[in-house]
Amino acid sequence: MNWLSKMFSSSIGQKFIMSITGLFLISFLVVHCFLNALIFLNDGGRVFNMGAKFMSTNPVIRIVEIVLFAGLLLHIIRAFILMNLNNKSRPIKYAVTNGKANSKWYSRSMGLLGTLLLLFLIIHLRHFWVPTKIALFSGNEHNSFEELKEIFSNPIFVAIYELGVISLFYHLMHGFQSAFQTLGLNHSKYTPFIQTCGKLYSFIIPFIFALMPLAIFMGFIK
Amino acid sequence: MSGNMNITLKVWRQKNSNAKGELAEYKVGDVSPDMSFLEMFDVLNERLVSENNEPIAFDHDCREGICGMCSMFINGRPHGPKEGITTCQLHMRSFKDGDTIVVEPWRAQAFPVIKDLIVDRTAFDRIIAAGGYISVNTGNAQDANNIAISKDNADEAFAAAACIGCGACVAACKNASAMLFVSAKVSQLALLPQGQPEKQTRVLSMVAQMDAEGFGACTNTGACEAECPKGISLKNIARMNREYLGAQLCSEKM
Repeated sequence: MNWLSKMFSSSIGQKFIMSITGLFLISFLVVHCFLNALIFLNDGGRVFNMGAKFMSTNPVIRIVEIVLFAGLLLHIIRAFILMNLNNKSRPIKYAVTNGKANSKWYSRSMGLLGTLLLLFLIIHLRHFWVPTKIALFSGNEHNSFEELKEIFSNPIFVAIYELGVISLFYHLMHGFQSAFQTLGLNHSKYTPFIQTCGKLYSFIIPFIFALMPLAIFMGFIK
Repeated sequence: MSGNMNITLKVWRQKNSNAKGELAEYKVGDVSPDMSFLEMFDVLNERLVSENNEPIAFDHDCREGICGMCSMFINGRPHGPKEGITTCQLHMRSFKDGDTIVVEPWRAQAFPVIKDLIVDRTAFDRIIAAGGYISVNTGNAQDANNIAISKDNADEAFAAAACIGCGACVAACKNASAMLFVSAKVSQLALLPQGQPEKQTRVLSMVAQMDAEGFGACTNTGACEAECPKGISLKNIARMNREYLGAQLCSEKM
């Protein structure tokens, strides 16, 4: 298995891990977004809570959840290892750089955007994931919808979530198409399609997420 | 050749690879807008020599944009503000009278500064030596068109082979990654029938050498492609990634 460890410790192999886990997290976000969007049915959280209950009790979802956390951790840990490697490749920095002449700021700031997302994620998991787990293991009934309304009645939390969503937007704007390039998928036939999909995805998913805290805070969702 | 431009230069001066360098300021007067950037340095150096000062060491050779030697990082960009050219093809008319121009060497762990603006780019040579060639038997050369090559492949291989190994990709990359250079060298042979027998070992060895030299990993910012004087495409990096992952999975080499 020497070749396998060699492959995954090489620069291209490490990028391959970032790409695969990134695409996996992108697919997860679709499910997460559309399940949460059930609050827009505005039925007092009835269908939303059914979805939440299914996600927290179904045994298949339990296993997928473990895979999700594994993918997330791989993505985060590998990102910090790569950031360290990339920093070391230029020990003496330039006095003057003009990055905007050759690339997008968010493409150059994936590490920063990812770190912001990680901080957001810690707050986010503390808000919603931890209470669900506590309720599950203590056998108490848990109303996710009421919790959602309570948290988003606080304008500070609404602001934090909106900032998290903006970080997500820029992270995806680079990450989506970059993942395909890393896998070696760059061709005049389908690369323009991938890039358009990437931009649409990066806008639509964070936009729907962004509406949720606002809609609850402004009292549209009852 | 003299003109009426006055330029202030801030140039990186460093005695040798162990010394600590710093930016030094020089006023250069009577600069002609038709001078190349390197000719402006020649004028400054002649003055420095006549004043018994150490001239600024910088790399240059052909001065027509094909050797890849000139390697200045000018106002935050490799080879200066224009696209698709090397420093020797940059002219003073691209600047304004009274401008301050900051000139630094390529910055990368794998490109240590030898003196002033000259860096050691032999890391690139070692990557080529690791596999960027084809092995051929000695004997008579075969007929020129003996091996059929499609026009599309020939064109693409030629576009990759236009890489002059100047290192602007490394200099521009926020990670000092050499992937555009290595991918061009992998591609020019992977696209041709002569490159097929050593295709897998080539990409494995060259990438291993690239990593060993201390270049960073690619984050697909596209800065390398934008700054490349020869317009080498990011498609080559995608091709190298394909070749590498494929070779890791399929080659007999453990």
